[in-house]
Amino acid sequence: MKIGALKEGFAGEARVAITPSSATHLRKLGHEAFVESGAGAAAGFSDDDYRAAGVGVEPDAAALIGAVDIVAKVRPPSESEIGQMREGQTLISFLYPAQNADLLDKARQQGITAIAMDMVPRISRAQKMDALSSMANIAGYRSVIEAANNFGRFFTGQVTAAGKVPPAKVLIVGAGVAGLAAIGTATSLGARVYAFDVRPEVAEQIESMGAEFVYLDFEEQTRDGAETGGYAAPSSPEFREAQLKKFRELAPDMDVVITTALIPGRDAPVLWTRDMVEAMKPGSVIVDLAAEKGGNCELTVADERIVTENGVVIIGYTDFASRMATQSSELYGNNIRHFMTDLTPGKDGVVVHNMEDDVIRGATVVHDHDITYPPPKPKVAAIAVQKPKEKKKELTPEERRATEVAAFKAETRSQVTLLAGGAILLLLIGLVAPASFMSHFIVFVLACFVGFRVIWNVAHSLHTPLMAITNAISSIIILGALLQIGSGSAWVLILATLAVLMASVNIVGGFLVTRRMLAMFQKS
Amino acid sequence: MDYGFTTAAYVVAAILFILSLGGLSGQESAKRAIWYGIVGMALAVLATLFGPGAGNWFLSLIMIAIGGGVGWVVAKRVQMTEMPQLVAAMHSLVGLAAVFVGFNAQIEMARVLRLKAEGLAYEFQGFAAVLADKSPAEIAMLKIEVFLGVFIGAVTFTGSVVAFGKLAGKVDGKPKKLPGGHMLNAGALILALILGLLYFTGVGPGMFWLILVAALAFFIGYHLIMGIGGADMPVVVSMLNSYSGWAAAMIGFTLSNDLLIVTGALVGSSGAILSYIMCKAMNRNFVSVILGGFGGQTGPAAEIEGEQIPIDADGVAAALNDADSVIIVPGYGMAVAQAQGAVSELTRKLRAAGKEVRFAIHPVAGRLPGHMNVLLAEARVPYDIVMEMDEINEDFPSTDVAIVIGSNDIVNPAAEEDPNSPIAGMPVLEVWKAKQVFVSKRGQGTGYSGIENPLFYKENTRMFYGDAKDSVNKLLPLLE
Repeated sequence: MKIGALKEGFAGEARVAITPSSATHLRKLGHEAFVESGAGAAAGFSDDDYRAAGVGVEPDAAALIGAVDIVAKVRPPSESEIGQMREGQTLISFLYPAQNADLLDKARQQGITAIAMDMVPRISRAQKMDALSSMANIAGYRSVIEAANNFGRFFTGQVTAAGKVPPAKVLIVGAGVAGLAAIGTATSLGARVYAFDVRPEVAEQIESMGAEFVYLDFEEQTRDGAETGGYAAPSSPEFREAQLKKFRELAPDMDVVITTALIPGRDAPVLWTRDMVEAMKPGSVIVDLAAEKGGNCELTVADERIVTENGVVIIGYTDFASRMATQSSELYGNNIRHFMTDLTPGKDGVVVHNMEDDVIRGATVVHDHDITYPPPKPKVAAIAVQKPKEKKKELTPEERRATEVAAFKAETRSQVTLLAGGAILLLLIGLVAPASFMSHFIVFVLACFVGFRVIWNVAHSLHTPLMAITNAISSIIILGALLQIGSGSAWVLILATLAVLMASVNIVGGFLVTRRMLAMFQKS
Repeated sequence: MDYGFTTAAYVVAAILFILSLGGLSGQESAKRAIWYGIVGMALAVLATLFGPGAGNWFLSLIMIAIGGGVGWVVAKRVQMTEMPQLVAAMHSLVGLAAVFVGFNAQIEMARVLRLKAEGLAYEFQGFAAVLADKSPAEIAMLKIEVFLGVFIGAVTFTGSVVAFGKLAGKVDGKPKKLPGGHMLNAGALILALILGLLYFTGVGPGMFWLILVAALAFFIGYHLIMGIGGADMPVVVSMLNSYSGWAAAMIGFTLSNDLLIVTGALVGSSGAILSYIMCKAMNRNFVSVILGGFGGQTGPAAEIEGEQIPIDADGVAAALNDADSVIIVPGYGMAVAQAQGAVSELTRKLRAAGKEVRFAIHPVAGRLPGHMNVLLAEARVPYDIVMEMDEINEDFPSTDVAIVIGSNDIVNPAAEEDPNSPIAGMPVLEVWKAKQVFVSKRGQGTGYSGIENPLFYKENTRMFYGDAKDSVNKLLPLLE
């Protein structure tokens, strides 16, 4: 099949759907790749780069659409672009089907198969083609860079000869893909990062990225992310109040706030209100990644950088991914080629549009003159249902002391009981047993004691050599046989001889095999 | 040489043995420790051979030479995968030797007592001289010791022989019991105790009772181990290891030989600790392992959703090429398929590509404690990338690819997630927390315990079917 990328017409959009490197992979799948002339220019890929990678370059959009079977784009196509497409062609791009009903209808009438990259279900198998995540990742990274660019101080703390610099305090609201990427970037710049999310199950992820999770003291049974496919869901008014109260507490302390809270198919929730902005220090920066959907901050203006009266910078850009066009084109191009891999199971350039497949079904919004959006629920849940986690109770010092004392007492009790029991047993044996036995018995008990102490320290990886060597030394029983071999009758002689024979097999064999094993253990 | 010198040699030998076991705490010190053991043993044997009480030293030396030769050949020839059966076979020899020495003690005791009763001024030699000095109370004690030594030795002997058969595949590995089950064992034990009592009180022919006791103990050892399945062998072998030690200690009491007592106690406690560690790793108690089989189910097992998705070598290789960190979880299947060499080569290639590769070893992986470590060491996998369960379990979430080779129950998430599972509560390697899991497995069957493994149905798991060695070999040329 022939697959081609159009030049993006949207003002300021610098990304491109096919890169020279993704085209190489597409060729391995048996496809031919094309681009419109100048499609990659803004992302740093010249037409010559494409030609060098074996990609056909078509002079304009009409020629490209005429030449290919599959049209790939980043932004949803314009009226004219979709108008030029013909029956049987496939379109792959971001489509936002919930907002673009007209577009779907047009595609249906023209007999185009439309695949929405933003509808790829969030299951593990589809992660490699999840364009929303790869773009969000870039947006998260870029948001921190923009914030640092507008922030007048270091992110990292330093002690210099000229004085001490405290680290910047960064609050990330919403720990989705973008939020986590922002956490990672901000921590690696050296900032102290705090993060908040309505989904309690992400606390672990937040902490694993090196940020501190902002706990909300709230008793509501928070809904689990599993039922919404890993996305956040709207929260109750009470919860929202508690959340805002927490933010109000934090606002005066924070130097940088990055908000990433989005709920699929809705306006962005307002989480950073006017009074919070007013409470912040002059020079602080707010980056609002939700600006396109109205913004998480009350004062955000989409696509603009504004400075409030008290000197807080609010950045409402909506094109973070496009601002890093080379990187985002690489990743988007890879998402598309991974999708093509699933569409081309035979790797022979033949597209099989398998509507039984969860991923393909989910992303296909128009197929066979039919609007197939919304898709049915996928067969596998995106993420496993999270069991409500037992909240670890913070013990007060007194309680901790009490449990320690209790543990100590219990240990003492069990030890004393054991010792007393053992002593009584020994005394009882001593009552009846002859003195000569008792002297040996003491040796025996002490040897057991030493044995237990010594063996506990043996490395687990050496347990097999341990068995072989104990095997060899348990053949010490040869001493018994050696002592008997010279005394008494023929029977004794025969049995003792046999015992010596068997024990010596063991001694030599056991030691030798242990040595062989130990010699094999090598350090890298 | 007189008695004092021999005793001094024994003291030195005992200390050397303790140092030898203590040295096994690290791989490097272990290489020195083994020499302590060898020197200790040589010292003990020589001191006994040329010390007081020994006779017939020429015959002894010949026997030692023959036995040593056999041991040498066996140790040189054995494959590392055959280590479990070799260890079991060696235990059986110790057990049988203990039985013989016990019999001898009884024969000599009877002779000495008879001669003493006849009032003959007889000059006893060797071991008999020691016996002749004993008081009646000491003789009574001696009888108890002989009984215990013979009994434990006999159980060790047949038990080890059966364990050897099962590990070598000469006997069917499935648990088998005669009709009557554990009642038979209990009956035999009671009968043995009664016979022991008869022997102790001196009613009837002592030697005859002792032989009967040994016969009953032979049966118990055989039947007990027959009833235990292949995967529980780590516990069985370490238990037999322990028994062989206790048998030696009992014989030490019989012969009033402190070195035997000390060494027996060391070996006995070593085996006991190993059994304890193995049981803990399976979250089962010792008695239930020995009595065989898994405990009854407490409720219906949780339903498993999803399907097992197969993958080919290309897919696994692609994921490995993309990965930065890899953890390999080997199990008994790797030993069966002799795949350790191929796995080592895989490790070498991945490490050469700058990836972090580590091994996660579950305490009960394989058929012998530490079995996997030895196999990997043989294949020249450096020991510092071979980790214990506790060291590595929390690293799975940050791992790109986990490869499970021939293990099943030790990576079963049901142990943590399903309270009704028969293995609920057993500590397992949490491979499913890795970003991607590949399971190399022969087919779709269940593991030893017969429990379904939900790991195979997980969203991030792919099944890489086929013989472990072939599978890994197929991967090698595909890696960059």
